[in-house]
Amino acid sequence: MTSLLAENAAAGAGRTSVRRRRRPFPWHIVVFLAPATLVYTVFSVYPLLDSMRLSLFAADAAGVRHFAGLSNYVTLITDPRWAGPFWNALGNNLVFFLIHMAVQNPIGIALAALLSLPRLRFRQTYRTLLFTPTMLSVVIIGFVWQLILSPVWGVGKGILAAIGLSSLFGPWLGQEGTALITLSLISVWQFVGIPMMLIYAALLNIPDDLVDAAVVDGATQMQVFWRVKLPLILPTVGAVSILTYVGNFNAFDLIYAVKGALAGPNFSTDIMGTLFYRTFFGYQLQLGNPTMGAAIATLMFLIILTGVMIYFFVIQRRMQRYEL
Amino acid sequence: MVNVGRAPSRLSGRIARIAVTAGLVAGWPALSQAQSGELVIESWRNDDLAIWQDVIIPAFNKKYPDITVTFSPTAPTEYNAALNAKIEAGTAGDLITCRPFDASLALYQRGHLASLNDLPGIENFSDVAKSAWVTDDGATVFCVPMASVIHGFLYNQEIFEELGLAEPTTVAEFHALLDRLQEDGNYIPMAMGTADQWEAATMGFQNIGPNYWRGEEGRRALIAGEDKFTDPEYVAVFQELASWAPYLGDGYSAQTYPDSQNLFSLGRAAIYPAGSWDISVFRTQADFEMGAFPPPLPEAGQDCFISDHTDIAIGMNAAAKNPDAARAFLEWTTTAEFAEIYSNQLPGFFSLSKHAVTVEDPTAAEFLSWREQCQPTIRNSYQILSRGEPNLENELWNVSAQVINGTLTPEAAAQQIQDGLDSWYKPQQ
Amino acid sequence: MAARRGKTLGAAAVHGVLIAYTVVAIFPILIVLVNSVKTRRAIFGDPLAPPTPETFSLEGFATVLARSSFEIYFANSLIVTVAALFLVLLFGAMAAWALSEYRFPGNSLMAIYLAIGIMIPIRLGTIGILELASALDLVNTRTILVLVYTAQGLPLAVFLLSEFMRQLPRELKDAARCDGVSEYRIFFSIVLPLTRPILATVGIFTMIPIWNDLWFPLILAQADQVRTVTLGIQQFIGQYVTDWNAVIASLTLAILPVLALYLLFSRQLIRGLTSGAVK
Repeated sequence: MTSLLAENAAAGAGRTSVRRRRRPFPWHIVVFLAPATLVYTVFSVYPLLDSMRLSLFAADAAGVRHFAGLSNYVTLITDPRWAGPFWNALGNNLVFFLIHMAVQNPIGIALAALLSLPRLRFRQTYRTLLFTPTMLSVVIIGFVWQLILSPVWGVGKGILAAIGLSSLFGPWLGQEGTALITLSLISVWQFVGIPMMLIYAALLNIPDDLVDAAVVDGATQMQVFWRVKLPLILPTVGAVSILTYVGNFNAFDLIYAVKGALAGPNFSTDIMGTLFYRTFFGYQLQLGNPTMGAAIATLMFLIILTGVMIYFFVIQRRMQRYEL
Repeated sequence: MVNVGRAPSRLSGRIARIAVTAGLVAGWPALSQAQSGELVIESWRNDDLAIWQDVIIPAFNKKYPDITVTFSPTAPTEYNAALNAKIEAGTAGDLITCRPFDASLALYQRGHLASLNDLPGIENFSDVAKSAWVTDDGATVFCVPMASVIHGFLYNQEIFEELGLAEPTTVAEFHALLDRLQEDGNYIPMAMGTADQWEAATMGFQNIGPNYWRGEEGRRALIAGEDKFTDPEYVAVFQELASWAPYLGDGYSAQTYPDSQNLFSLGRAAIYPAGSWDISVFRTQADFEMGAFPPPLPEAGQDCFISDHTDIAIGMNAAAKNPDAARAFLEWTTTAEFAEIYSNQLPGFFSLSKHAVTVEDPTAAEFLSWREQCQPTIRNSYQILSRGEPNLENELWNVSAQVINGTLTPEAAAQQIQDGLDSWYKPQQ
Repeated sequence: MAARRGKTLGAAAVHGVLIAYTVVAIFPILIVLVNSVKTRRAIFGDPLAPPTPETFSLEGFATVLARSSFEIYFANSLIVTVAALFLVLLFGAMAAWALSEYRFPGNSLMAIYLAIGIMIPIRLGTIGILELASALDLVNTRTILVLVYTAQGLPLAVFLLSEFMRQLPRELKDAARCDGVSEYRIFFSIVLPLTRPILATVGIFTMIPIWNDLWFPLILAQADQVRTVTLGIQQFIGQYVTDWNAVIASLTLAILPVLALYLLFSRQLIRGLTSGAVK
């Protein structure tokens, strides 16, 4: 807390007496906080807590819910019928995330580094065009790529044929081994603009004299990037990574738009979001199981929370030390 | 925007206009009916939106000019989820289109669907027709049956004539036919993909299966626990499915259902494993004559069986805001007029009522004629067997796609299905 | 000499890489736009070819415009997004100001309470939200979408804005206080204008997921009159999925206005994105 009211700073330890003597109840603080807190509490926190409460219940055939403690969680982790899909979805989600980390962030950093080069022409145009996919709806992106990769339409094959690689083309979205990777790359393609922009902004914020000093010492642009810029933007890379993590473990729309809620083939593209949807609302003849769905959602929350905690308490701390 | 009634936000302007026009034009001489108000129909048949708006609802409004009906479909894949959510929150429409068997039964058991035992006109449906929407003891019916769909194969007559091919009756002839098409090389022998999974299970497994498991006999034996999916007749179905792979288009594992439809309707594929509902789509998109044949027989001269699946019905939300108007609509759906309109506006959906309906579309009529020669049955995963986890229907989608993709052997597929069922279904143990 | 040639080569390589990736980023969108004005046979026959007089066709657009209400969907998306954006920025800035400026008991707790929403999958509370919407009689209204999106966008907005506000120079505020200006006026006429660059950043992070959301329109507002573009497209494609003319035309209709708005405002958008870097 860096900024304090002047009066408060002066008051020091005798704050309560100061408030009683000199200031009426600080209504303005309440007024400033109330709207956000109210909307957020009513439409986000309360429904969330309600779902968590729901995860402690189970329903019988007539739909009557009774308290069941942690039995939903026990079932989810230990009963092979539930644990199989659960671990499968979690594993796939992890792969989904790792592909983003391994592909999206390096590409984002590389593009940002190129864009931030001094005296680059058409900078504006590149930035605009490169960020375009990020602006479009995931649903639209899903359909567009499904069309392009469709073996029936042949766009993907045609393009590969143009560069003499048509034999490489395969029904990537339809094969167990490749479907998840393909979908991850589609997602990377769409969202690479965000790390690119954030890292680009961080690169612009690097003081010129640091770079100049290196250049005077005879360093090439490449060396400047690796030795000067990259260490300085690591905190941004960290922030991008944690945003990616949260986003990836919340993902749903793309897989749902392209593969449906059954996330085929053979659940190879099933992630937490689709598992949650299928369990919560049901699918075709499978009836929805809101209490179990709520348990899955709560676990999703815990997984995300754990990741964020690890980031804040382990990685960020270390990075700050490094930065100093 | 025309606003009608108290809650105009529910209505699209277009529907309101149609309803008002229909009411004004047609309603004048009909005297004042007792019922009035607004009805919202929940449905997954978004393909039929235009027919409902332009034909079915205006026809209803001739009889009941004061009831405003809105057909509010959700995409099929989202229907169950969206409906359940809306029912939980008390925001679902007055009339609910019913999936067959357990999904609707659960809605009834939880008190969301009203009993229709005393609905005038419900006697126009046989017990078989009602079987998908009654309680297990048969005592209470909760949806008015609308239509069934029949599986079979469609083919491009021009391609058949060009290559001098004939409709097959046995599996051996079917394979010979596919080989001929393969040799010719100009056309994809059969249009089917596994990307959407259900296509493999529904157009594949449930389409050809009844000939192997002898229709109702096998289906009932499964429920009774006397047959198992690991029995030879079920493995044979999976084996037959696996044998289709070489005849499907390149990259069929990423081919979606609409891709398959396009391959057939653009004349690039010769044969299309079909559900009768496909007929209406191809009527508007294909510019060649279609023929149809029932699922080929594994052995020449044996009895034939077809999947004549009770697919769609309509019931009343127990929390309907306007129950009288809802019942009036349901009563109308039991009439010969509705049966006639539904069967002919949507060729491939066959009325389940006892009214005699003439189906005008020749291809749809061909499908219907198989009821005379073959014994009908319904899909074996729908009644009772999909009540537990893992869900049998979803499992069938998964393994059927995998068998055709070649990532699972027929034997392993059968074993996986049976293991899933064993894990929760008692009569099987 | 050699150094200059090296530089030219280097620049060429840089442009080569950038152009290559730009093609990758833009090509899928172009494919859709190009094929939207071709006949069904031409779409299938030669998808990579530009339309010729023989293959030119607008039948897809005719179907889309006749069978759906795209203009309404757009208006809905626009209304919902703008309203939610406005509320997120206003409420978010107010709360961020309170948290970053005033010391009061429970300040840190409050900050954590609001920040925790950054990682909450708000979908987790779907049933609760539905029940609320039903109780407030807000199902099938744009209002409920605005409220949910506001709740969804606030945590990140509060977090980013309060980080930024902590860095504002103290002199300005203190000078105003000495002149006896009320806390409200300090906020609205001094602080808010100063936060404009970061407001743009927050705005973009708030806007993109709202505009593109499929889930809540699907659950809360399906009716034709309040349907958003994303849901409209999804439902339309579900319905006309075999009619590729219509599918591609509808995708084009969904892409074009966003593209036009984006190109129009991209300078401001990108300046906003890059000015208030997340550290």
